[in-house]
Amino acid sequence: MELLCPAGSMPAVKAAISQGADAIYVGLKDDTNARHFAGLNFTESQLTEVARYVHQAGRKLHVAINTFAHPAGWSRWQQAVDSAVRAGTDVLILADMAVLAYAAERYPQVELHLSVQASATNAAAIEFYRQFNIRRVVLPRVLSMQQVRALARSCDIDLEVFAFGSLCIMAEGRCYLSSYLTGQSPNTAGACSPAAFVRWQEQDGVLESRLNEVLIDRFAADETAGYPTLCKGRFRVDADTYHVLEEPTSLNTLDLLPQLYAEGISSLKIEGRQRSPAYVTQITQVWRAAIDAVMQDPAHFLVQQHWQQVLNNLAEGNQTTLGAYHRKWK
Amino acid sequence: MQFSLGPVLYFWPKAQMLEFYRQAADSAVDIVYLGETVCSKRRELKLEDYLKLAHMLREAGKQVCLSGMTLLESPSELRELRKYVDNGDFMLEANDVGAIAMLYEQGLPFVAGAAINCYNQHSLRRLVGMGLLRWVMPVELSGDWLQQVLNEGIIQDIRDCFQTEVFAFGHLPLAWSGRCFTARSENRAKDQCELCCIKYPQGRTVHSQDGTQVFVLNGIQTQSGYRYNLINQLPAMQGLVDVVRLSPEPEGTFAWLNRFKANQHGAAPQQLSDTDSNGYWLKLAGMATG
Repeated sequence: MELLCPAGSMPAVKAAISQGADAIYVGLKDDTNARHFAGLNFTESQLTEVARYVHQAGRKLHVAINTFAHPAGWSRWQQAVDSAVRAGTDVLILADMAVLAYAAERYPQVELHLSVQASATNAAAIEFYRQFNIRRVVLPRVLSMQQVRALARSCDIDLEVFAFGSLCIMAEGRCYLSSYLTGQSPNTAGACSPAAFVRWQEQDGVLESRLNEVLIDRFAADETAGYPTLCKGRFRVDADTYHVLEEPTSLNTLDLLPQLYAEGISSLKIEGRQRSPAYVTQITQVWRAAIDAVMQDPAHFLVQQHWQQVLNNLAEGNQTTLGAYHRKWK
Repeated sequence: MQFSLGPVLYFWPKAQMLEFYRQAADSAVDIVYLGETVCSKRRELKLEDYLKLAHMLREAGKQVCLSGMTLLESPSELRELRKYVDNGDFMLEANDVGAIAMLYEQGLPFVAGAAINCYNQHSLRRLVGMGLLRWVMPVELSGDWLQQVLNEGIIQDIRDCFQTEVFAFGHLPLAWSGRCFTARSENRAKDQCELCCIKYPQGRTVHSQDGTQVFVLNGIQTQSGYRYNLINQLPAMQGLVDVVRLSPEPEGTFAWLNRFKANQHGAAPQQLSDTDSNGYWLKLAGMATG
């Protein structure tokens, strides 16, 4: 069971590798990946350096090219694939069937993983994407543990699941909420609730967060204000004001680790290419220890108290959830 | 230019569904999509009921397509989808690539619904090769985007093999989740939802704290708060869009169908209301109006 950690910068790469990540995943410095944020990601020459560093440590490099190609910008997605392969990536994480086809035909020697943005939630969808010789599927965060189990037992393909980090509550790759409010979505622009549209305003002790002028939340002085990700805002339905879609919280599957291991899940993905090297250090430490423990003795695996403490401190709103893996969340 | 009625996205009682399609049979609509696309627990109508409606509508001169589920999570949902694929009579709108895999395996043609991630000429060409006869582009794309795809060189020799369809009226389906937001809005767990969405024939409106209509909750689906309305863009769609889709609303759908038909060439433009939008088509934020 692989520990796959995020890296948005060279210090984050080094942090993940030094703390025991089996593999890291990164993106190029443009809109070809779903974390297209200012100051993040790598040029081709930086990527070459990352590949060298990762390979010297005997680990693997995955490059995410997981937005959908624009009709007039097709060559940008082709070039992203070319750059990643030239830089020496071991794996390409792809979502667009056109990009998948290009990579499969042009670089049959490179391992392809189906990005979560391709939104493959069932065995028939996985079957569809097999035409591109994918080796692994990253499962969307909408499935329950029971549904993950059914897929693991019925599909002869490697499965990767999200283990920790920001929680997308919608089927990834099929969520247009962000472009509805801002014109930019993960699929088309590689960003959700983009920072350029965020505005904070304080009035009479109340802090308001807005996304492209739409009020996402209001915080009293004693409340912690979180980033206005639109699905984690407080809105009103009839007379009730509450987190209509989801609270600010992070996904944490530590409790499920023995079950995920028992089902032969190939890889645990940690979300957060946009997070700091310090975050990557702490998160990698905890998950390395947890995965080592479960692999050593799955029957007696116990979640350590201090692991949970570290993860809660790193979590959005300092709270975590099992998300859709746990039926009650739904 | 033809006009279609998309599948009913809300959960309506059976009598309301039958009445709606009785009116559809008498209406000027050309194409009707039938089926449950949001939640497999909604079973007021079963596949056999939809097939009866399909035959009735076909006898009334309509072209009928079945429309499949969008978010497929369990083996039982795939088995139900398989029945839609195997209906033996009506073409299917695939709303998940899993359906396309099944249809391709059977050598059956299909419509690719708006939730299929086809964003460019290369993906479109591949799907045409697999049997796509009609492409409903993702709702977040613009008229310019559609034009660019269709202008690409690799589309020219297949341009006659498929039609284009655009979601042009109604609350936009924007997201699907493992969680049921209507059940959550009533403090119910999804497993104990008691199909409470049947009480909300046009979903539950979500307002921002300062009163903007942001979203509409429709079970596991989140829709746009504003009603998408491209009636005034119809003249610009000539030659670009073959089928214009109206998404059924509990009231006024057929009156709007008549207004759309009347404005095909721009003869009867309409003033949009404060809660209408057309942003996506105009390359703006979806909720904007241009």
